[in-house]
Formats: sequence, C-alpha cells, structure tokens
Amino acid sequence: MSGPSTYVPRTGFSKWMDERLPIIRMGSDFMTYPSPRNLNYWYAFGGILTLCLITQIVTGIIIAMHYTPHIDLAFDSVQRFKRDVSFGWLIQPLHAVGASMFFLAVYIHMFRGLYYGSYKAPREMIWMIGCVIYLLMMATAFLGYTLPWGQMSFWGATVITGFFGAVPFVGESLQQWLLGGYSVSNATLQRFFSLHYLLPFLIAALVGLHVWALHHAGQNNPIGISVKTKKDTLSFHPYYTVKDGFAVGVFLLIFCFFLFYQPDALGHADNYIKADPLVTPPHIVPEWYFLPFYAILRAVENKLFGLILMVGAIAVLFFLPWLDFSKVRSMRFRPITRWFFIIFIVMCFILGWCGAETPDNMVFTVGDGLGLNFLWLSRIATAYYFAYFIIILPAMSLIETPKERPASITEAVLGHADRGAPLVPAE
Amino acid sequence: MKMLKNLLVATGLGLAAIGTAVTVNAAGSSEGHADAMKHMDWSFNGPFGQYDRDAAQRGYQVYKEVCSSCHALDQLAFRHLGDKGAPFFNADFPNPNDNPLVKGFAADWDVPDVDSDDGSAMTRTGIPADNFPPIYENEIAAANANGKAPPDLSLIVKARNGGADYVYSLLLGYDHEAPAEIAESMGAGSYYNPVMEGGVIAMPPQLQDGLLDYEGENAPAATKEQMAYDVTQFLAWSADPKLEQRKRVGFGTMIYLFLLTILLYLSYRQVWKNVKH
Repeated sequence: MSGPSTYVPRTGFSKWMDERLPIIRMGSDFMTYPSPRNLNYWYAFGGILTLCLITQIVTGIIIAMHYTPHIDLAFDSVQRFKRDVSFGWLIQPLHAVGASMFFLAVYIHMFRGLYYGSYKAPREMIWMIGCVIYLLMMATAFLGYTLPWGQMSFWGATVITGFFGAVPFVGESLQQWLLGGYSVSNATLQRFFSLHYLLPFLIAALVGLHVWALHHAGQNNPIGISVKTKKDTLSFHPYYTVKDGFAVGVFLLIFCFFLFYQPDALGHADNYIKADPLVTPPHIVPEWYFLPFYAILRAVENKLFGLILMVGAIAVLFFLPWLDFSKVRSMRFRPITRWFFIIFIVMCFILGWCGAETPDNMVFTVGDGLGLNFLWLSRIATAYYFAYFIIILPAMSLIETPKERPASITEAVLGHADRGAPLVPAE
Repeated sequence: MKMLKNLLVATGLGLAAIGTAVTVNAAGSSEGHADAMKHMDWSFNGPFGQYDRDAAQRGYQVYKEVCSSCHALDQLAFRHLGDKGAPFFNADFPNPNDNPLVKGFAADWDVPDVDSDDGSAMTRTGIPADNFPPIYENEIAAANANGKAPPDLSLIVKARNGGADYVYSLLLGYDHEAPAEIAESMGAGSYYNPVMEGGVIAMPPQLQDGLLDYEGENAPAATKEQMAYDVTQFLAWSADPKLEQRKRVGFGTMIYLFLLTILLYLSYRQVWKNVKH
C-alpha cells in the first residue's frame, strides 16, 4: 500500500492482532485508500470484474458438483442440472451468461486503460499482469465452452486445437499432448475440465497482484496527471464504494436482462445438440468475445502465419508501455492520437463482425461482382490493429504536440487553471 | 451527469456489438427460407410469457400419436409432465409422481429394464419416474430405418435458430415448389422444405388435416396449423421447462435491482454532495 497507514487499533484484540498479523490494518488501509477525486464511471469496471470473477467461481463450483466430464454423460448432466436440481435453471445460465458479461466488462476495462494511458510508468506491471489475466480468461472461457459437450463445444475445440498443429516441428506432438489423443475425445474433455477448474484460481491470485500493484503505484485518472497532494484524493470508502456500487447496480440490471429474458442470445443454437464427431455444423463460430481474434486468425491463408498474427495481437499488448512512450497519459490531451484510438475501437468491432461472417461473403457490392468481401475487410482491420500499436503510437509519441494540461487534479476539478502555464510533464 | 451518459453510451456500444454478433450468426440461409419462415406471436415470448397449457397438452397428444414413432425425448422423464409450469401440472399433486394423468401417460409406454431375478433384458410398463424411452436401439438403427437418424425433440426448439418459429414453420413448410437445382440433386426419400438448412429434409410431411381426434370437449379441430401450433407449444416447454419460473423470478429481481440502483444513485449524490470532482 502506498502512503503511511492511518489505521489505529483501538480494542485489545485489534492491538494484539496488529502486532502479529496486521490483517485488520490491511482491510482498513484498503477502505481508506486515497483515490484520485476525478475518477469517472469507466473506473468502476475493476470492481465489476471482481464481482464477475467471484460469480463465476461460486456458480462454477456448484455446477462442478453436478457435472460429469465424460463424453457420454456431459451433455445430459448439464441438462439434468438445469431441469432437476434446485436452482440449477438459474445457476447454469448465471455461469454461461456470466462469462459473456465478464468479457464485456474486461473489454471496457481494457479500452479504458488504453484511452487514459493507464499502462504507462509507473503502472507497467499493473498493465502486464492484467494482460496475463486476460490471456488466462480466454483460456478458461475456451476450456469451459467445451465442457457442455454440444456441437459447437466439440467443433470449436477441434478447430482451435487444430491451430496448435500448425506450430513448426513440434505442432503435431503439441496438439496430441493437448488433446490426449489424435482428436477431441474423452481424454480431452477430462483434462479440459481439470484445467477449467484450475485456471480461475490462478486468475484470482493474479487479480491479487494486480490490485496490490495498483495500490502501490496509485490509480491513474482521466486527466492522467499524477496525484500530487492530499487534496487531489478522496478516501476509497465511502466515495468510491458508493459510486462503484451504483455502477454495479446498472451492470447487474443488464446482466439480469440477459440472464432472465435472453439466456441463449449470446450463445449458439448448435450447442443444444449433443456433440457428434461425424456431423460438422455448417458454420463453426466461436463465442462473440473471441470473434475479433478469430477474424485475425483467418485474415491470412497460411495457418501458421494466422496463428502468429493471433498470438501477436495479444503479445503486442505486453509491449504497449514501451511502444507508446509519450509522456502524456490521457488521450484527452492528445488531439491526433485520440482519433486514431477511436478508429482503433471501430476496427475492433469490425474485426468482431468479420469473425462472425463467412470470409467469402460480401460486405457490399458495387455493380457486377465488384465490392469488398469479409476476408479483405478483416485484412484491412487487422493491418490497422497492428499498425496502431507498432507504427501509430510510437510515431505519435515523437511528433504529436499535446494539448495544455492542468497542473494538478485539484486544479482541473476546481477549474481555475492559470492560462498559459507551462506544460507539466506527467511523471 | 456527463459521466452517467458516458456509461450509458458504453453499455449501448457493448450491447450493439453483441447484438450484431447475434443477428449476424442467425442470418445466412437461402432466400426461400425467409419466405417460408412464419413468425408467430408465441404466448411464451415477452417478459411475462407463459405456455399455452391447453395447446401444450394437445401437443403432447400430437407428439405421442405422430412424432413419437421416430423421435425420442431424451431429456424428459414422465414426471416432468406434471412439474410446476408443465402442461399437466395439477396443484392437487405437488409431487408429479402421484399425478394420475402422469401415471397414465407413463403406463402408455414400455421401458427397457433388467429382470431383477435373472438379469435378463426385459421391458415393463413405465412409471412416472422413468425417462421417455429411446425409440431406436441406437443411432445406426435410427439412421437405417429413416435414411437419417431423427433428432431428439426434447431440446429441438433451443437447438435451431429461430426456435419455436422454426419448428412450427418446418412442420408446415412442405407446400413449396423445389427450385430446379435442388430438385435435380434430391434423391428418393428426401423432400423439399425451405425451412430446413439446405432445403432438403429426410422427414416426409407428417401433418394433414384431421390426422387425429383431439381428446376433450372444447378441443379445436385438428387442422395442420392447429397441430403444428400445439406440438410446438409442447416442445417449447420441453426445451425450456423453467421458463415461467425464470421470468417470474426475473421480474422480481429486475424490480429489486432497479430500486436498489436508484437508492445507490441517491446515496452517491448524498455522499458526494459537497465534493468537487
């Protein structure tokens, strides 16, 4: 925790405890943590994500009590849970819809970090731990989607593990090692179940590190100017507990809308058909949260190159703190980069769209046979995705003239900025 | 308030993205498909939707007399028919195993079992606790008898894009002329049905007016449309038997959350009243 602790043990027990295991102090310091006073609702997603993780773990543990990881029984055991177990009808969709909500929140959280430059010094470790968490989330979601053993579970697992076969030299062995055989089989299902149960606890541990690093380096804020004096901050409780609480309420309303009224809207009808290795579904499509990466994977003909691009799309995030070396954190003060960022978000949505479509389908046609198909649209968007990180951000760091920034958070909030003050570099 | 607006915009964007993904997934079939799809105003749609119990009861009769000669209900037990929210629920029999109607339906079926004296395979009369028995010994036998194995119906409404509309339209979708290129490639024992993916289906048309007599005094005439509607109600229940309970709990939860969120917002305003931010 940054800053001196303000906790004073009062009772005999808390004094005794404080000398031996200062856990009450830790909780107290957490609740009174000085947070920048200008945090907006985009900063509520950290709390929302913690709630998502807890929901997934709790519902997952209950489902695991009723689930059977065997190819002959898995599909039916999920149905039995939903039909015959008390509140199974609620808990199973909570877990399935919860996964989508988790990704919705994590994407907003990441875009927030990108926009306000939360990855820059001294927060590189927060950012990189976050990237590892995201990677583990993707793995967990993929493994978990296999478990209900529907058609899309089976064929999704077949397609994705197939890409490991494209790794040079060791690909085939690697694929067989992952699958526990030559194809997706009972051995695959059982190891996927085991790993699906393991990874969330690794995520929880990493979330601990993520929050620890955050409390050490201090929170970023919408103007990206570091906290300078105590006046710049507010105690986490009650100010941000109540503000986050309101945001959680809005988030839960959206969550519950899907949970109760559209529980299947985010999934695929095919996954209500028991897995059949002999029948390939006409369209194998991953869950919505993987669609942008699926589009990048398919943007090139070569399987290995596609795999490199997809892995690269996530790997590049780890290098972001050094690719964007502008001293200005917040995009609010970066007039040109800001627009490139907005285009970047649009491109991410376009990639998601491409991922859901058949590459040969036309986006639009002009006259006879001319036009743009989804393959080329995904190539354009993929090119922009990488260019944003590798070319645009480094170049902008060199050439862009940032806007005038307030000297401090307090000044920005109270609004009596001294006009013509020299630009203050963000430390 | 600007921040609140930002939050709403963000949520909207996220939902729009999801919406795009969902609608895009649902699209992508032949042109005839769109014409043949009938869009019904199902009683179970909407936030307070419920199954049409009378129709679902008749639907069970259609299933029993027509569909069940080829299609199984893998996920259903007879007792499910008398559960809360199910077509034959009776408040006098909270335990569906005691429900005389359910007992009667179970007794209509022979279920496989093992003789407890000598261990040999046998069949006996069904009881409410039994699952609906499989129609064929195995997949191969099912495929051999029909050209293609008839799919399980207990989840069919959830397992097809379009849901109840799909099942309803498919049952009535046989009165279309096959386009030349499809007609050429169609072999014996296959039929043109534009609702089906690819337009070719192995199931012959099943429903015709007056195929069966509905039991009960006020029962409607068993027209094709009526039977398709009734059996779709039954299968929709079978795919999502907890729908009514879910929507009921959902409404209470949404109201509760809505009030809680308003209170949290007011608390937020109160706590931050004297704080510039």
